[in-house]
Amino acid sequence: MGYTVKAQVYKAAIQETVLGTGEKALTLGGMNTQPLCSFDQAWKNAPAVGVEVSDIPFETEGLPELAAFYAGCDSFGARVAKAAGIEGAKFVCLHFEGADPGGENKSVEDIVALAKEAAAATDLPLVITGCKNVEKDQAIFTAISDALSDRNPLFLSAREEDYKTVGAACAMANGHKVGAESAVDINLAKQLNVLMTQLGVAPASIVMNIGSAAAGYGFEYVASTLDRVKSAALEQNDNMLQMPIMTPVALETWSVKEALMNEADMPEWGSKEDRAVQMEIVTASACLSCGSDAVILRHPTSVKTIAAMIAAMA
Amino acid sequence: MALKGLDIFKLTPKTNCKECGSPTCMAFSMKVAQGALTIDKCPHMSAESLAKLSAATEPPMKTISVGENKLGGETVMLRHEKTLVNRNLYGIFLCANMPEEEIDKRISESMKVDYERIGERMIVEVIYVNAPAEQSPETCAALAKKAAATGRDLVLEAADADRAKACLDAAGDAIKVLAGAKADNWESFNALAAGKVLGVKGADLSEIHDTVEKLEAAGNKNLIIDVTGGSIKEAFANAMRVRRAALKEGDRTFGYPSIVNTARLAREDRHMQAALASLFTLRYGSIVVLDSMSYAEALPLYGLRQNIFTDPQKPMKVEPGVYPLNGADENSICCVTVDFALTYFVVSGELERSGVPINMFITDAGGYSVLTSWAAGKFSAGSIEKFFKEFDIDNKYKNKVLILPGKVAVLKGELEAKLPGWRIVVGTTEAIQLVRFLREFK
Repeated sequence: MGYTVKAQVYKAAIQETVLGTGEKALTLGGMNTQPLCSFDQAWKNAPAVGVEVSDIPFETEGLPELAAFYAGCDSFGARVAKAAGIEGAKFVCLHFEGADPGGENKSVEDIVALAKEAAAATDLPLVITGCKNVEKDQAIFTAISDALSDRNPLFLSAREEDYKTVGAACAMANGHKVGAESAVDINLAKQLNVLMTQLGVAPASIVMNIGSAAAGYGFEYVASTLDRVKSAALEQNDNMLQMPIMTPVALETWSVKEALMNEADMPEWGSKEDRAVQMEIVTASACLSCGSDAVILRHPTSVKTIAAMIAAMA
Repeated sequence: MALKGLDIFKLTPKTNCKECGSPTCMAFSMKVAQGALTIDKCPHMSAESLAKLSAATEPPMKTISVGENKLGGETVMLRHEKTLVNRNLYGIFLCANMPEEEIDKRISESMKVDYERIGERMIVEVIYVNAPAEQSPETCAALAKKAAATGRDLVLEAADADRAKACLDAAGDAIKVLAGAKADNWESFNALAAGKVLGVKGADLSEIHDTVEKLEAAGNKNLIIDVTGGSIKEAFANAMRVRRAALKEGDRTFGYPSIVNTARLAREDRHMQAALASLFTLRYGSIVVLDSMSYAEALPLYGLRQNIFTDPQKPMKVEPGVYPLNGADENSICCVTVDFALTYFVVSGELERSGVPINMFITDAGGYSVLTSWAAGKFSAGSIEKFFKEFDIDNKYKNKVLILPGKVAVLKGELEAKLPGWRIVVGTTEAIQLVRFLREFK
């Protein structure tokens, strides 16, 4: 008996969500196949890679390539413009670490000025990430939402604690997009989507951040949550789990030992930059394999590599 | 395709004779369908029915041994559906066309990777030796011999039977897989493989399918399928399709593990190779080959593999004991937590980041997280006291400061009573807060 190819195509599809405006606007989602399986049916939209830029310049000790890449960029706007130019980058993630009340505690006005500076520096879609402090994040998201009302940015993220404020101020008031952040659990992910839509946020304005982990750090939970969300969305046509998924890979991988340990302290491990890049690449590829529709990365080499992998699979 | 209980019931005598130990033929059929009983427990099954059923109840994917390791034997596509059973192996690629220095460099770099992570030894399990037509059988044999000297298992891909034979003569015992069998040479390769796993390749899946059918008809079911193909997209499509065919479409011809050679898909691009190795770790590569393996690739890939190939029903545990961090000694402060692997990695990572010398006590909490094990009574003042006795902590450590996870602050009073002389400090509720906590701690 010979072999005949059977395509696995679903009647249901991942919802399409548009980020940004104009020529560089980016549509996420739309797949009706298993992750990356463009051989079953051509993608409507390819998965996307974004670049993370923080308002506090990255620590570059032991990272000569990253340092050289941003050399001469003396402002946030200059770094954003540089990042947006990386081959394969489809959006820029503005990470406002400096807003952290336990850190630099920049004022809301300062953060808004930085956001405007970034918006002027690139026409790629913008994703806004805060400092993880719920109250401060609400304040800066609300202010940025008004300041960038013509850019259709995505706010990553609205959590159980602050989805009402973020959902109302960003999605409902200005028609922006909101990322629903949950902690690696399909039920929590669905519940937050339900709550947000009950609040009045349009499903098409929601992107999911179901949580992330670096490879080796409990990634099985991330993989299985992604697997299960995609199965529910495609096989069971669960429209409360059909939102595209964006995974902030860089936020996890750059804080594990493999990426932080200096070469002097662990000579047998070799170059720190090499380790950090491969950790970011391996984790990003794993997320995409299981169903992320977009990943956020930091190092130019990681961005180029993952974008090239996606292009090769289209 | 797995049979349902009702399909099996139709083949039973339906007499409810109870000789199989089940009360009714229906109950027996249900148990067989679940895999709890084998069909031959029924003494009245006709030979014809038995043949039909044993073919249908055969596992959809064969388990193939490569040296000490097992590959394949999977029953589900995704780990949450049940569990994945056999982890993939990682290999490095050597070809007789390569300059000698490059070969030596790859071997020496890859052999340096040898470490333990949560009880698992992490090494390059396989060396993939390519013996191409451009090189003489002697040159190929010399490479096989050099690769065999590493002591690792070899996969030998030979362009033809002459080169295969030369390499087998030079490094026979080390070669566990003879790859390169295809439509025009499968008979000679099958004869040479004798007891070794035979790797099958072809121009496309249809050709590979035909070759596998011929080999099975010739009696060889000890096979592995090279799904690499000509492009990244084709390799991924092949890997997905072969596994789907075996597990979802009931096509046992494709019920074998796979080889994916990323060194051929992304030549000399180690970043792309790492990305692909990750992809094929999750999606159905059984032997995943890269140019070389340094710690930069190994740390994330082996960590990922260890995560994915854990049984979702069993927590990952680390060994209870004292883990001194940042050069801690008997005069350093101490902290205590549970043996859940994820807790260990996250907490130890943050502790190391703080730079503060500290002794981390990992207690036996059944492999559960702090709150779960506390709720189950496996992480308590009593269990910490037991740990102190078992490891003779009171006599060995002079600083007498013990930091407790913030989530079990409630244990403080009881611990103070049980561990006289120790200052019990309630730490943070989240690991991420530890760096600042320790730097400010007096």
